[in-house]
Amino acid sequence: MNHRRLRFLSLPLIVVVMAACTSAATAAPTAAPTTAPTAASSAAAVAPSPTANPCSAATLATLTAGKLMIGTDNPAYPPYFQPPATGNAPKPWELGDPTNGQGFESAVAYAVAAKLGYAKTDVSWTVVTFDNSYKPGAKPFDLYLGQVSYTADRAAAVDMSDGYYFVNQAIVALAANPISKAKTLADLAAYKFGSQQGTTAYDTIQNTIKPTTAAKVYNTNDDAIAALKAKQIDGLVVDLPTAFYITGAQLDKSVIVGQFPAATGPNAEHFSIVTAKGSALTTCVNSTLAALKADGTLDSITKEWLSDKASAPVFGQ
Amino acid sequence: MSGFFGSGPLDTGDLIGLRASGSPPVRKRDGRAALKSTAIAAASSVVVFGLLVAVVVNSPNWADVQAQFLNSRWFDYSLPEIFGAFAVNVQLFCIAEALILVLALFLAVLRSLPGPVFFPLRLMATIYADVFRAIPGLLLITLLGFGIPGLGIAGIPVDPFPYAVIALTLVYSAYVSEVYRAGIESIHPSQEAAARSLGLTRVQALRYVIIPQAVRRVIPPLLNDFIGLQKDTILVSYIGVVEAFRESSIITAAKFNYTPLMALALIFLVVTIPLARLTDWLVGRDRRRFLANAR
Repeated sequence: MNHRRLRFLSLPLIVVVMAACTSAATAAPTAAPTTAPTAASSAAAVAPSPTANPCSAATLATLTAGKLMIGTDNPAYPPYFQPPATGNAPKPWELGDPTNGQGFESAVAYAVAAKLGYAKTDVSWTVVTFDNSYKPGAKPFDLYLGQVSYTADRAAAVDMSDGYYFVNQAIVALAANPISKAKTLADLAAYKFGSQQGTTAYDTIQNTIKPTTAAKVYNTNDDAIAALKAKQIDGLVVDLPTAFYITGAQLDKSVIVGQFPAATGPNAEHFSIVTAKGSALTTCVNSTLAALKADGTLDSITKEWLSDKASAPVFGQ
Repeated sequence: MSGFFGSGPLDTGDLIGLRASGSPPVRKRDGRAALKSTAIAAASSVVVFGLLVAVVVNSPNWADVQAQFLNSRWFDYSLPEIFGAFAVNVQLFCIAEALILVLALFLAVLRSLPGPVFFPLRLMATIYADVFRAIPGLLLITLLGFGIPGLGIAGIPVDPFPYAVIALTLVYSAYVSEVYRAGIESIHPSQEAAARSLGLTRVQALRYVIIPQAVRRVIPPLLNDFIGLQKDTILVSYIGVVEAFRESSIITAAKFNYTPLMALALIFLVVTIPLARLTDWLVGRDRRRFLANAR
């Protein structure tokens, strides 16, 4: 009897040992990435020069000191990321190659990195799907650029920079579809619409178009384009630069039906650079973006890579 | 790993002994012993679950995880929306289930037809079961949902919903036909012999003697498959249908908060657990009846 009781008591003992192992295991991955930044920031704290610029490659606490890791989704689409002229993007990238500095977001990322003092060779890119960009815990990137629109709710989970592009939503359709004749918002309600999940395009459908048929939502824009081809939807709502890319390169006999009039002011929909919640990088990214706006760099990057908004018709009320 | 067990006070013998003594037969015991075993079970449970909770709550990022997965604000916000979208899942489940029950029985009967004349039918039913059990449901839904309407054939539906129904029906009827077949084969050949001796034809024997017994026997495993079907309805989100999973994913992406997914998990728990309990109860009842008959 005594022996049996001993065995019963050993059950909690096993659990204690197992629990100790699990907590050690969960602590390990979070401990690893944080050691690098703290080492970097303590180095910064004891730096001899008291006037050291807090926003420079030498002092910034990044995942690896002196290097900048930027995340984006894969495939990286034009016009935000351009495929190399020679053909296929280097592995693991599909379609666009973020590392070549070509394409709007790649150019913005390298401009920000250069302003912070990172050489082009100090910048590396990592594949982070959109869903993974905001999960809790240590981030695998210092900066994330992937056409992420700012909302106050989202900024509760991650830090989001000031805007680097104010974006309008637009409708892409097959030229043969009667929706391509629509001129006003009132003309749109009777059609079937689709969008990619996680985009503000869905909000545009629900809140601005208010269609009579429930909207379809797809994992990727490619799936949505397949649905457009199969006539499962009449109109695909995407951001305007993507609309130019789809009609120009992805989908034959398609047109931009129109763009939605954008809200104005700082609260208008804009793309933000995502950083970890409470990251020291955020204020530096903001000051860098402000400098890039002031010296005209951001303007010229925008002009170089994105079509003129004025070349697409705007829906009337 | 061997060092882990070797260095501690336990060896494999202890572990096996523990397992044996951990589940003693609870039959004839006096009150004190029963009370004691209940107390030990309770204490052990408190220690185990308490430790698990403690490990989770004291993890370095618990505050972040709590804010992003267990956020009451987004739970309240998303639950009604997701529940509304869940109607699409229920609709899909009901239509597909009805079709599956009929189609699967038809397939099982085809496979059970005796004699060399029916070989082609048996072969077709076998190929069907093999093919549609081999292709993952998600793949089939995606291929049908985007491929068939893309053909542009006049008169076939373009809406993705019917294709979701068809894909789930194809996959699950393959599984369910195997369940039916197992049921049909479990009926003793003497049953058919007796039916035939009464003057029933082969088809009549199947219809009035074998299948009624077989179906009753396979109700628990059928319910098991339907629990799976209930959950697999979320796969149709991939072809654009905004159902409960898509709705919660939309809110998750819009708010950068995973609580809507937790809300959906809760909805599935509430819906599925009663069905799982019912299945277990039916299995237990059948087993008791079977044992009673055996005596």
